[in-house]
Amino acid sequence: MESVALAEAILLTITTASTPLLLAAMGELVAERSGVLNLGVEGMIIIGAVVAFVGAFTTGNPYIGVLCGAVAGCLFSLLFGFMTLTLVTNQVATGLALTILGLGLSGMIGESFVGRAGVQLEPIAVPVLSGLPLLGPLIFNQDLLFYLSILGVVGVGWFLFRTRLGLQLRAIGDNHGSAHALGISVIKTRYCAVMFGGICAGLAGAQLSLVYTPQWVENMSAGRGWIALALVVFASWRPLRVLAGAYLFGTVTIGQLHAQALGFAIPSQFLTALPYLATIVVLVLISRNRRLTLTNTPASLGQAFVPDR
Amino acid sequence: MRVELERRPQHSALFSAVSPFIALALTVIAGAVLFSAMGKNPLDALFSFFIEPLTEVWSLHELAIKAAPLILIAVGLSVCFRSNNWNIGAEGQFIIGAVSGSLLPIMFHEWDSVLVLPIMLIMGAIGGALYAAIPALLKTRFNTNEILSSLMLVYVAQLFLDWIVRGPWRNPEGFNFPESREFDPEAVLPELVPASGRADLGIVFAVVAALLTWFMLSYMLRGFRITVLGQSARAGRFAGFSATGMVFFAFIFSGALAGFAGISEVSGSIEQLQPVISPGYGFTAIIVAFLGRLNPLGIIAAGLVLALTYLGGEAAQISIGLSDKIARVFQGLLLFFVLACDTLIHYRVHIRRSEQSELAGEGT
Repeated sequence: MESVALAEAILLTITTASTPLLLAAMGELVAERSGVLNLGVEGMIIIGAVVAFVGAFTTGNPYIGVLCGAVAGCLFSLLFGFMTLTLVTNQVATGLALTILGLGLSGMIGESFVGRAGVQLEPIAVPVLSGLPLLGPLIFNQDLLFYLSILGVVGVGWFLFRTRLGLQLRAIGDNHGSAHALGISVIKTRYCAVMFGGICAGLAGAQLSLVYTPQWVENMSAGRGWIALALVVFASWRPLRVLAGAYLFGTVTIGQLHAQALGFAIPSQFLTALPYLATIVVLVLISRNRRLTLTNTPASLGQAFVPDR
Repeated sequence: MRVELERRPQHSALFSAVSPFIALALTVIAGAVLFSAMGKNPLDALFSFFIEPLTEVWSLHELAIKAAPLILIAVGLSVCFRSNNWNIGAEGQFIIGAVSGSLLPIMFHEWDSVLVLPIMLIMGAIGGALYAAIPALLKTRFNTNEILSSLMLVYVAQLFLDWIVRGPWRNPEGFNFPESREFDPEAVLPELVPASGRADLGIVFAVVAALLTWFMLSYMLRGFRITVLGQSARAGRFAGFSATGMVFFAFIFSGALAGFAGISEVSGSIEQLQPVISPGYGFTAIIVAFLGRLNPLGIIAAGLVLALTYLGGEAAQISIGLSDKIARVFQGLLLFFVLACDTLIHYRVHIRRSEQSELAGEGT
């Protein structure tokens, strides 16, 4: 019995570590499917994290915190959208600017909240199902953001591949010129996709500061935004593969933490570096298969679009 | 109201010259708004942020110390960005350069020779170049996105430095502090005018590197290749320029400069290794490169401006009790404004009140 409880506890920490990656990556996937490369995920996550923390801390209600985080991520993505879609600035550079601004602004906002005990987002038990052995506590007794991440990724898959709007969004990402000629509004759709990405990244941030470690720590996103970007490539822009990838990375993260706790003779810094190294290895393995990447990469990814009239 | 862009037949020479200045002005205005939102007198705050650090000689020395790594790294990045190679990992190359250069004064500190310093600098540059060659190799060999791989290597480098300073290179006489042995005098970069401040040779290296790179970009075939391959890989291929070679050149060039900046910083201003040696120079240098419009001469000026934001952040913290995080906010805003103003170079911007009324309002 004890080993079951232990396994359950470990699996629970894995879901907690994977959820922010999944949320952020699924938002970025939609943005990239529409042809926009938003490298500012890290900035949107960290601003979401700090605003969610402050929102929950001042009101005492974690759900208001979640909402604040989503709004903050969305506003940040709107800034990115205005720059890259309306003013057609370079998407790579603008994404970096968003990350730099997010890291700075979050540090400033959160300065007086460092070390304060935060508000935890409590799990919601699904009636009946949460009583199931093993699966119950793991899947049906989780917090709101976990449910959102799972339903969200399934919803994104359905939307992109089973609806007309999803088809249009993918068409824009693959050839914005033709989509425009067909009368689809390229810019409007891209704004929506970018904002969805921002909301998801904001939620990922809220998960970090309300669930993962309910407190505010500067730079607490610790590169998760960049790992989420890599996950989208790893998943070759497919939602269910993002789910698999996020849980793979969550497992690596938790695995190295347990290895540190067990006191292996490996320096802790090397173990902490594992998720970053794993990201590089995984990217190499995926991108060396040129056919796979060529068929799946949105063809207009990262390219500016100015409608001719 | 909507914003519409109209492509200019030719890029505007006027705006390519003034756009960085418009961006700076907008950043100062945004700063004033930010300061008054925080309940400070905006003029006082702007004064202590941007002017006060320039009024004293020692503080000008500090400006040179902060500007040197920024300029060195940004000059390298300008070659990368011009050739359309996105090296985002200069921060990691800076750190690895510092570690490889420090090998000599830490492991072989008994060796006492005038050769120590030059060898250190060369080793730093080689270390940075090799570390930058990893994303270049992965990009050319396996088609791996260089943005993500170079960025991931930053985290790896930071953790490596942390390990080596706390572990094998910890100072045996350092009372267990996480610091390396202090460098001996022959391993320390000489100061320029020791009587008036701390500024060392680093700023001289930075200006020389900028001038040489400017010469290469303007007058040498290599510079022409960089521009052609960056603007159109296809055109470059027809001209017989090797795209693979250019990826390696750009990464190794910028990595070497970042590594050189790393060892100069450690040898000139810190004089030992510590768990953290950079306040984000590698990332701030990206802003420097863009503010300098990817031109090495412009980068010298831009490096001084961004160095001022670091000093201003410290000054504002001391004199008016603002958070020093505000420097990062300024840097982020500045990059936004620089990118937005660059739009004016290639496009005319029309602001229309509604979709029907043509040319209702025109602004630039």
